Amino acid sequence: MPKSDAPNGVGAGIFPPLPSFFRKLVSFSLTLMLTFIGLMAVTFVIGRVLPTDPAMAIVGNRASEEVYQAMRLQLGLEKPIIVQFWLFLKSALHGDFGQSIMTSRPVVDDIKRFFPATLELATLATFLGIIIGIPMGVVAAVNQGRIIDHIVRVLGLIGYSVPIFWLGMVALLVFYARLDWLPGPGRFEFYYEGVVTPVTGVILIDSAIAGEWEVFRNALGHIILPASMLAFYSLAYIARMTRSFMLDQLNQEYVLTARVKGLPERTVIWNHAFRNVLVQLITVIGLSYANLLEGSVLTETVFAWPGIGLYITNSLFNADMNAVIGGTVVVGVCFVGINMLSDILYRMVDPRAR
Amino acid sequence: MADIQNITDGGLRTWLLSDSPANAFQARAQRAYVGWLTFKTNPIAMIGLIIIALLLIVAALAPVLTAGEGIEQDLANRLLPPSGEHWFGTDELGRDIYDRIIWGARVTLYIVFLVSIIVMPIGLLIGTVAGYMGGWVDTVLMRITDIFLAFPRLILALAFVSALGPGLENAIIAIAVTTWSPYARLARAETLTVRKSEYILAAQIQGASTWRIVISHVVPMCMSSIIIRLTLDMAGIILTAAGLGFLGLGAQPPLPEWGAMISTGRDFLLDQWWISTIPGFAILIVSLGFNLLGDGLRDVLDPRAASE
Repeated sequence: MPKSDAPNGVGAGIFPPLPSFFRKLVSFSLTLMLTFIGLMAVTFVIGRVLPTDPAMAIVGNRASEEVYQAMRLQLGLEKPIIVQFWLFLKSALHGDFGQSIMTSRPVVDDIKRFFPATLELATLATFLGIIIGIPMGVVAAVNQGRIIDHIVRVLGLIGYSVPIFWLGMVALLVFYARLDWLPGPGRFEFYYEGVVTPVTGVILIDSAIAGEWEVFRNALGHIILPASMLAFYSLAYIARMTRSFMLDQLNQEYVLTARVKGLPERTVIWNHAFRNVLVQLITVIGLSYANLLEGSVLTETVFAWPGIGLYITNSLFNADMNAVIGGTVVVGVCFVGINMLSDILYRMVDPRAR
Repeated sequence: MADIQNITDGGLRTWLLSDSPANAFQARAQRAYVGWLTFKTNPIAMIGLIIIALLLIVAALAPVLTAGEGIEQDLANRLLPPSGEHWFGTDELGRDIYDRIIWGARVTLYIVFLVSIIVMPIGLLIGTVAGYMGGWVDTVLMRITDIFLAFPRLILALAFVSALGPGLENAIIAIAVTTWSPYARLARAETLTVRKSEYILAAQIQGASTWRIVISHVVPMCMSSIIIRLTLDMAGIILTAAGLGFLGLGAQPPLPEWGAMISTGRDFLLDQWWISTIPGFAILIVSLGFNLLGDGLRDVLDPRAASE
């Protein structure tokens, strides 16, 4: 069976075969731009059109008529909707999403503060997912149909089926409340607040740079549970895809040839079959990473992790639409960006996809 | 009549397995039966089917299986641990958690059913029309689909619900809006494989309209892959709905929605573990059931993937 260019349909069909590199670049930029404008249009509809009265949402229903009208003017609500969208797009491109009602700071500054925490969590979780998920998938494929294969498959299906926020709560109950092996919610104990000056915003890196090993240990303890929860989802996905790609490769003739040549099984699996799988896994890992960036919303809520997900949900409950829109756009752009990047990487590594 | 006569003469099994089906109905019945036989040999898929069947039975028999509707408060008996009288204990308002789990099955099925009947027609329509018509229609429709495909789903659903206002129906709309795009892609891919077939050509020569061809000749060819995908997506839909419920944006109290139940138990987690833990198991088991069933269905309906 001929293999499709991109597994999972990611990016499949976006790029028709084009003769020259230049035309490819143009088509790629066009796709990127269209997706971005689409993202902005949808968030604009969510933030400005769907709420019955955005001005009322900000000033509240007890404000005087003057205040209300002033807010309408400030938001530009008297202008035609297409002009409003253009203004929204223009300020967003300048990195301006307005003020947050909740923190009374520019939304961009808030995002700069909250985003590194999410990045830290998602990166560690993806890392764990890769180093556990890939070997699991390979072992399952090599032992297809045996008990270990079934265990990996069922574990993967559970990873797909479990409500992550619930698993996080159970983990807190067991490892924090009952066994007291790990610290509770939050990013570090409150008395370490302000000990480390933020450089990157990633607490594990910042504390290591500053040589504050006590803070580092504390932060590491705090990140273990939420990162493991997200890693479980990630490894379920990575293991499942690795298994399926590996099975594909193991049935190819070159693997048979390698075996007939008398190469040790280890070499056949890792140096021959797995090498080809690795290329396909780029897209899978990219997709899983992008999913974790957004999927951390619920995990962050459970673990009181001060990331972008918690920021968005808290803003939701305070009807702080500027913050919600800003957060959604940032996560959306990262999501699209990572998917595009993994697509480009895939095309660079796999000559068949060029 | 002839069919019934044949069935009674040779036995149902013989009729279903005969080498030469006498008519289209028999051929179809045979395909379903052989599919079922393959399905039956797959223990994982059978477990999934049993779980979903149980879910349907429990939801249908909810009034028989419980004393109330899961919303009756009994403040004298709040926060009771699981016992013979309250199998899963009671929550902070003295409501029986067993009752609420049983009635929650209805809410879950309601969500899954509504999302499916919104998402399937939209995806099928956009995908088949794009694939069959080709040209600029295809380009425009697929660009729109790609844009939705590129979005982070949960965040978008969150933002949608916050704009529309919390509630079960709004949560369902938000989930549907963020779920339809892969179905359009899938339907388009299936359409492209049949577009140039001779039976389509035959229909065109007979003068069938585009709509007629799309609806009665193309759509049925896409159904099996759409159904597999939908079954596999059910778990995701349930989890998203539960997540929205957990954040307080989905079903509103006192409706016994499992995600919202986990959320209310959060404040009592350390001392009254059962309030949150038990609804979580319910979600886990049902999503697992759909995933197992979807895997099994794929093996039966899509022999290409079965070789994996």
